[in-house]
Amino acid sequence: MPYRSHLPAAGRRIAPDRPSMSHPLLAHYPYRPDSYDELIGDEDVRPHWQAFVDHIEETGSDTLRGRAAQLERGIQQNGVTYNVYADPRGAGRPWSLDLLPLILPADEWRGIAAAIAQRARLLDTLLGDLYGPQTTLEKGLLPTELVYGHKGFLWPCQGIRPAGGHYLHLYAADLARSPDGRWWVIADRTQAPSGAGYALENRLLVSRAFPDLFRDMQVHTLAGFFRGLQRALAAQAPSDGEPPLSVLLTPGPFNETYFEHVYLARYLGFPLVEGQDLTVRDDTVFLKTVSGLKRVHAILRRLDDDFCDPVELRADSALGVPGLLGAVRAGKVLVANALGSGLLESAALPGFLPGICRHLLGEELAMPSVATWWCGEAPARAEVLDNLRNLVLKPTFPGRSSEVLFGDRLAEDQLDALAARIEAHPTEFVAQELVKLSRAPVWAGGHRRKLRPRAMGLRVYAAITPEGYSVLPGGLARVAGVENTRILTLQKGGSSKDTWVLSDGPVSTFSLLKNVIGVDDLIGETGTLSSRLAENLFWFGRYSERCDAVARLARLALTRLSEGRRTERAGALAVMLDLAAGAGLIDEEAVDGPVVKAELDLFRAVLDRRADHGLAANLQRLSWCATQAREHLSLDHWHALKRLSAEIEACRERASDTSALLEFLDEALTTFVSLSGFAMDTMTRDMGWRLHIVGRRLERLDNLASTLARFLRRYTGLDSQLNRELAVEALLELCDSVITYRTRYRAQPELLPAIHLLAMDEANPHALAFQLRMAGNYLSRFEKSGSPLGMAEFEQAFAGIQVFPWKRLEASTPEADRHAACVLLATRLEALADAGRQLSDRLAMRFFSHVGGNRQATFAA
Amino acid sequence: MSQSVAYIVIHETEYPQCGVPVSLAQHLLHLIPRALPHQLRASAGITIEPDVGRLEHGEDAFGNPVTWLSLDTPHDGLLVRAESHVTVVRRTLPAPADSPPWERVREGFLYRPEPHSRERLDAERYLYASPRVPRDAALADFARQAFTPGLPLLAGARALMDLIFKTFTFDAEATEVNTPVHEVLKRKRGVCQDFAHLMIAALRSIGLPARYMSGYLLTDPPPGKPRLVGADASHAWVAVWCPGHGWIEYDPTNGIQPDLRHVTLGWGRDFQDVSPLRGVILGGLAQAPEVRVTVMPEAEWVERQAQLAKAKADAKAKAPPAPEVEEPEA
Repeated sequence: MPYRSHLPAAGRRIAPDRPSMSHPLLAHYPYRPDSYDELIGDEDVRPHWQAFVDHIEETGSDTLRGRAAQLERGIQQNGVTYNVYADPRGAGRPWSLDLLPLILPADEWRGIAAAIAQRARLLDTLLGDLYGPQTTLEKGLLPTELVYGHKGFLWPCQGIRPAGGHYLHLYAADLARSPDGRWWVIADRTQAPSGAGYALENRLLVSRAFPDLFRDMQVHTLAGFFRGLQRALAAQAPSDGEPPLSVLLTPGPFNETYFEHVYLARYLGFPLVEGQDLTVRDDTVFLKTVSGLKRVHAILRRLDDDFCDPVELRADSALGVPGLLGAVRAGKVLVANALGSGLLESAALPGFLPGICRHLLGEELAMPSVATWWCGEAPARAEVLDNLRNLVLKPTFPGRSSEVLFGDRLAEDQLDALAARIEAHPTEFVAQELVKLSRAPVWAGGHRRKLRPRAMGLRVYAAITPEGYSVLPGGLARVAGVENTRILTLQKGGSSKDTWVLSDGPVSTFSLLKNVIGVDDLIGETGTLSSRLAENLFWFGRYSERCDAVARLARLALTRLSEGRRTERAGALAVMLDLAAGAGLIDEEAVDGPVVKAELDLFRAVLDRRADHGLAANLQRLSWCATQAREHLSLDHWHALKRLSAEIEACRERASDTSALLEFLDEALTTFVSLSGFAMDTMTRDMGWRLHIVGRRLERLDNLASTLARFLRRYTGLDSQLNRELAVEALLELCDSVITYRTRYRAQPELLPAIHLLAMDEANPHALAFQLRMAGNYLSRFEKSGSPLGMAEFEQAFAGIQVFPWKRLEASTPEADRHAACVLLATRLEALADAGRQLSDRLAMRFFSHVGGNRQATFAA
Repeated sequence: MSQSVAYIVIHETEYPQCGVPVSLAQHLLHLIPRALPHQLRASAGITIEPDVGRLEHGEDAFGNPVTWLSLDTPHDGLLVRAESHVTVVRRTLPAPADSPPWERVREGFLYRPEPHSRERLDAERYLYASPRVPRDAALADFARQAFTPGLPLLAGARALMDLIFKTFTFDAEATEVNTPVHEVLKRKRGVCQDFAHLMIAALRSIGLPARYMSGYLLTDPPPGKPRLVGADASHAWVAVWCPGHGWIEYDPTNGIQPDLRHVTLGWGRDFQDVSPLRGVILGGLAQAPEVRVTVMPEAEWVERQAQLAKAKADAKAKAPPAPEVEEPEA
């Protein structure tokens, strides 16, 4: 390839009139001698980038553009997000990933990996010292303020020796490369490092964009790292001879990295749990599952440690597991990272690490931290105040303020103010040398089709394995969103990169994604369905049906109302409005009152969340359940719900437009039908799915039985043939059975065939008999293997309808007798609805009973 | 003047029955008095009613006795009863003048990269901000009203205690269990816990270690009235670290240095480390527990038990007289 001659010399740009026309990608790639460029050395493309550059030059920008688009679609399809799922209505922020990987050569990586493994070992040993004998404090190697004054030093953990002996199971370091090419540690993540899951996802997407290249360049794979962590947790967990159960503890869907929690849990094959899913009895941690309590042996946590146990740590934490610390103290559970490991996340710590490393490990620190001064030390403070202009100032402890100040960007008076603050609270400030970040090429995208350099940092990971710390051969590279920035954050327009570490030998092609599920996992899968998840799936089913029923009723009532109260049809209209009143959508007075009152009530029922039985309120509940059961639902579910929530907002803006409201209701009903389709088509048929379907069936049964009963009671008052026909027609429409009726009877709507169709026709998905058969299918299976659910009573209630003397509803029956029959049937239908509710309660008792109960923290003097 | 007093302390915490059972509860108790050179612990025990829980005893990071109580049998109502028998021995207090200027004590705690004594490390545990005790300029200004330049440390501590005792009003209605220190400083009202936290915050804000003492105080019944059972309360005061003398105690609520009338449960950085009872309850209704404390000299207790036994025997012998009802003082 002849591009060599077009490479930029130091400090110059390639002139556009040079023969770069045939190599357009690297044209205009500015080279700056004041920072390290990952791609280009003094005169040339760095050797480890050669194959990659060859490839993309050959590929051409059109193809690359296509791959970038494909990458975007992959992100969309996989639902990779940074802070989404938090609010069902809120827009997700898609993950930002650059097409080009960061490439690191094998020999350079060996140095990085060794240094990071040493640092992980050092920090692990340091945690053991600080939560144990505190020799580093005694020797004055670390100021006590950085320990006793750190909110992350959890006093109740003092003296606890964790199961397995390690404190740090997963560690991350943020690295930066200085202009001379050396790597420096900028920050340590010891609490619950995030990003490893994103690194996995990045790998999946970017390696797909360059499949051949990925293989030919012998890039290290990532799966072995995670397998090591998996094995270490299983090996170190106090299992007492049981097959160890590891779980991933998440703060829940509102966390900004929830996507990663879901992803990692799936990848590692760990159930994803929230604090309320776990319970501690007798110093042992249990997962509340649909098949009872299951002992948990290891917890990989993404919950901050002070939130983990409201009994001994933060009392106001609603996310934690009461008694967890007791279980840790008793050595009955492994928590990774150990509770209290957030202590080492302090900007001041790096300055003291070289001495601590000599003391604890008897070694020199392999990778230096960026030069750090803790202003609590008088000589350091003096030096900082003299050089304020050249330094970066950070808060000593995390969380109190995230403010980072660059001395060279401050005006004279701002510098004076900063100096005054440092003098007043010296211990709260840390100064760091400003590192000019290295730059890596990014795909500029759009019509520019060029590579551009962007400031870059690299987060690398180490995990404990039975053989010591292993370092992920790769990492999460982060690049700035704009050309001249020093802060890399994903929240401010930055992007991420896959990191390719080249191997000088053949690489393993092992992948956890393929291999993780063995036979044991298949059996274990239903056994570890948490009660909370099961409950949410059950209610997701019920609310889906409830929303559907409410929308259908509101639509019908609105359509009929818009025809006005014509005298000859008034009776039929009143029946519909009576059903709406029965469902709590309109006031009882509105049934026979002015049209406008009923209309207003219906608007409110559809759009106003405060209308408890209305659509908006139930949709909100539905969305909540979906959020909670996120990991079990397909993205289609998710998008459909999100769209609907957005539409209801839009509709609320145009509050009094009936046709807009009807249009929205049509749209909503289509969505509910789709949800039902997704449930049949995309959800895994496990225990959770069965409970979801039972929820749907029980809800429809309840709604249908109540509707029919109320209809029958009102029907007896109708005086004209026209009104009777109209009412039955409306009922069929409400129960989505018009077509079934027509194919069966090809006649005018009449009471007996209509009611019979809605009650007894097993082939009609909107009939009672159908709900009973389908729900009964699963329920009897549940009943076989556990406490009785009272199926017999439920079936008995239905038998009352089966044996009903249907003949008495015939048109030829004398009026009075027909009325009495209607009332009798109504009574039996009400009994069935009631039996359904009781069954639902018993189901809840049986499967979700561990969930309930309000939790309170208590203090007494 | 007696050299020691033997006490009985009964501390009852009761969650009343409310009709909704508690299905799961976990509590952390600091209810057993710490054994100290000046406090001999003859016996101490905790019982619960109904007896459905598991009690485990241990020691916390500050060396205090701690008890973990867990209940996983559904129960409606719970009584936690701690009964202790301790003897408090008189201590000799150092003369305030016999302590270094407070600034020198503060300087001694500044970080230098050199070995530290265990004693110094122990003091430094109580030097920094803690959940209930902030450190800042306003609190330091307040402390300097007492700690004038060059004042011996113990004279300064005494002056700070007097300042709080004389200018603040005891008012149980003014604050709640989590009223911040700054609020107390502003309103100049509060209870023992508030005054202890304020004094500790002021001391730490000028760089002096101070710890939160949790325990009880023997109170005197109104003249001519008998001591009432259950009418006392837990108490809080402060200890200041002084080179050469160790921890010296001050009770800013009463303006006295604790001696024979204070029974110590334990200490920590603030209330949160040693709250007598904290926990998490699943189920039940959000009801505040009722607390009843009795602190009584052992001699008086024995006498009273004898009287009660006699009254009972008499009652059996005679026709039942109208019971004498004691009306507690509000």
